[in-house]
Amino acid sequence: MLRVIGKRLALLVPTLFGLSVLLFLWVRGLPGGPATALLGERATPEAVARVNELYGFDEPILLQYFTYMGKLLQGDFGTSIITGRPVLEEFATRFPATIELSVVALIFAIGVGIPLGYMAARHYGKVLDHGSVVLSLIGITIPVFFLAFIFKYLFAIQWPILPPDGRQNPRINATHVTDFYVLDGLLTGEYDAAWDAFQHLILPGLALGTIPLAIIVRITRASVLEVQNADYVRTARAKGLMEKTIRSRFILRNAMLPVVTTIGLQTGLLISGAVLTETVFAFNGIGSFLRDAIFELDYPVLQGFVIFIAILYALINLLVDVSYSVIDPRVRVQ
Amino acid sequence: MFTSTSARGTHPTKKRAAAITAGAAISALLLSGCVQSQREEDGGAAAEGEVDSTFVFAASSDPASLDPAFASDGESFRVSRQIFEGLVGVEPGTADPAPLLAESWETSEDGLSTTFALKEGVTFHDGTEFNAEAVCFNFDRWYNFTGLAQAPSVSYYYNNLFRGFADSPDAAVYESCEVNGDLEATVTLAKPFAGFIPALSLPAFAMQSPTALQEFNADDIGGSSEAPQLSEYAEGNPVGTGPFKFDSWNVGADLTVSAYEEYWGEQGDVQTVIFRIIDDPQARTQALQAGTVDGFDLVSPADIPLLEEEGFMIVPRDPFTILYLGINHTVEELSDPLVREAIHHAIDKQALIDQTLPEGTQLATQFIPDVVDGYNEDVTTYEYDPERAMELLAEAGYPDGFEVQFNYPTDVSRPYMPTPEQVFTNLSDQLSEVGITVTPAPDVWTPDYLDRIQGTENHGIHLLGWTGDYNDTDNFIGVFFGQEKPEFGFDNPELFEALSEARGMTDREEQTTTYEEINEQIAQFNPAIPLAHPAPSLAFAPRVDSYPASPVNDEVFSMIELNE
Repeated sequence: MLRVIGKRLALLVPTLFGLSVLLFLWVRGLPGGPATALLGERATPEAVARVNELYGFDEPILLQYFTYMGKLLQGDFGTSIITGRPVLEEFATRFPATIELSVVALIFAIGVGIPLGYMAARHYGKVLDHGSVVLSLIGITIPVFFLAFIFKYLFAIQWPILPPDGRQNPRINATHVTDFYVLDGLLTGEYDAAWDAFQHLILPGLALGTIPLAIIVRITRASVLEVQNADYVRTARAKGLMEKTIRSRFILRNAMLPVVTTIGLQTGLLISGAVLTETVFAFNGIGSFLRDAIFELDYPVLQGFVIFIAILYALINLLVDVSYSVIDPRVRVQ
Repeated sequence: MFTSTSARGTHPTKKRAAAITAGAAISALLLSGCVQSQREEDGGAAAEGEVDSTFVFAASSDPASLDPAFASDGESFRVSRQIFEGLVGVEPGTADPAPLLAESWETSEDGLSTTFALKEGVTFHDGTEFNAEAVCFNFDRWYNFTGLAQAPSVSYYYNNLFRGFADSPDAAVYESCEVNGDLEATVTLAKPFAGFIPALSLPAFAMQSPTALQEFNADDIGGSSEAPQLSEYAEGNPVGTGPFKFDSWNVGADLTVSAYEEYWGEQGDVQTVIFRIIDDPQARTQALQAGTVDGFDLVSPADIPLLEEEGFMIVPRDPFTILYLGINHTVEELSDPLVREAIHHAIDKQALIDQTLPEGTQLATQFIPDVVDGYNEDVTTYEYDPERAMELLAEAGYPDGFEVQFNYPTDVSRPYMPTPEQVFTNLSDQLSEVGITVTPAPDVWTPDYLDRIQGTENHGIHLLGWTGDYNDTDNFIGVFFGQEKPEFGFDNPELFEALSEARGMTDREEQTTTYEEINEQIAQFNPAIPLAHPAPSLAFAPRVDSYPASPVNDEVFSMIELNE
């Protein structure tokens, strides 16, 4: 197991290297060069020259690359053009929000998706099955921002049972230790604050979790259907094993492999869904920050973000692989 | 083989399945539970019937800086106005200067020296006494900015209004500050500056605690002029004399200020102000509807009837704005004065206002609102008259009209132009009535639109406008027509000269008359078309009884009156 993890981590190095080169070339390839991207088309040649000198854009590209990587390895992602703060600091204050939101969305998607998909397969062709298929189709086809808007309109404005925006009611004046608000509330014993933060996560979490939920339902259903008709299941039944044992040991377990892959992929996609969800719910995570960065061509933020996401994706993939070997020991043997 | 391997994993699988089921069950329970709790909370607050002294305002973004000397944006100033006060304030509800930390002032005959008599018994939030030394410390601080602090993007207003620093004294408007006594200071200027007193009402020139400025290295800013890094002071240690002191700032989420107990003035109903950062306009409206904020600024005109119907209070500001149709004189057709006059006659400004702009918007005949000095009541106007427009076009040699590019920004809302797309559609329709066909040229506001309009010649007619910073005519027409600019592409030395002279005049009355004449000169030349003075509106929860709306956004929250 350790060897697999080590190997995957080692593979991360060339991946990130390739990515950093591409990113680096992209920024230098911006129309008019990075200085113009920063200053705008109106910039005077003197201003462009000044910025080129200040940021070292006039140095040989190889030297620029090594300087950038050198700083990156020391955790210096540069300074955001929009906010004037270090990119890493911006990420550090905003990522907890997005991660908190993604975790809730994922728990919702997995917690409801797997049982529903499994039940649909067990009741194949019946009302529950048809219902789940229709529901998951709806879930997949409705864009996440629209769902977010509908949820907010219904459950926060028309029928105000949940908070419509933000991460926490600012009137609570909660203490923040980790910037994971629910966790902070639990750690500091401010249970009201934790509860309030949790309530703020429900609507955006549901909106963000709906698409992965729909996909997980479909994959689980299909996978369980396939496995429950497999030869070895029939053999097990013929041997007289208890139905309960067959279901838990044979069907559910073996059906989980494609589901785990899907969950891994969906986890990565949650971040992009968060951009829209966070905007609708005024949820101040990385999503809304990234949207501004794209509009303003805040390239230190964009560069840093891509690198960060690449690491995150790689880690999620690793986690998926590790889960494989837990679920299916044959993977471990390989 | 399969059976045996799977047997090893039985327990974990079971546990996981159980955990998943439990998780789903807990989620469902929590969901129903929170419904209950929310209801109880709401009911409880309403039943008590006391004034809740916490006021939550939805801001559209974080402040760019907590140090107003290094800020120029509305959201920074909104926060600054609670924490800081200047020597000069404004008469409530107007744009006219009024005493604030200076109780009175006297200006020498040559207009160069002004002696300020300061208010007694004022302290900064850190206990530092406010006195003549503090005043001179602030003036000298601005004048002695070095390096990055001098960049126009950093000390925007000082650059624009005081023009130069200690290391470039030839350009500088400021010369020195003298302490005459504990409560009297004289500021001497190197050159006349008629707008000196009104300019001091800008938050950028608010008085800051000398102790705190030094302790938290306020002038120590890093980065570059394009991406300056805030000082320790500007990030979280601003200290002024205002009714509220700074408490905390969770970047991207909220900023809190609370009542300063030693404040020299009255404190009012509000003890704590929380600025919640909600960048989506739709989300701000919904936050008000849902009751999570007490108010917000720049309400979309389309939302106003709905909010009013639901019982929210809409407070329009007196218009201190101008929306105009820009004209690029380098386009052949548009360089013809007859064509510009024709366009002016082709536009039904009242219809445009009724259909696309908020209630309270005034029709514009010139490029300054009527409260600004130099407003000319008798300026030449161009009535809506499509027939006349067509005649003029024919006279200019375009009997069948012509085709022109119409540039407008998308996805942006400005105080003077809440919905650019609607204004564009409306005007396009009107122009087509007289035979002018427009080619739509939309761009995103920044950087594309502004770059194209202000930096290139590649545009035809366009939409733009302005919100005044303080009561100064030059702050409107001087900005637009004071020099040759790619935005308009005309060279009218007579006009440039007249504006430059007016700016330097020390006699206010003479200056006012001159500006009236200049406004007539502009109306005759028709460099662009003034359309309207839109009134930006704020919206508040029913628990707000009154809000001190100001045309120049000088709104201090200690003046808010609450009923609940």
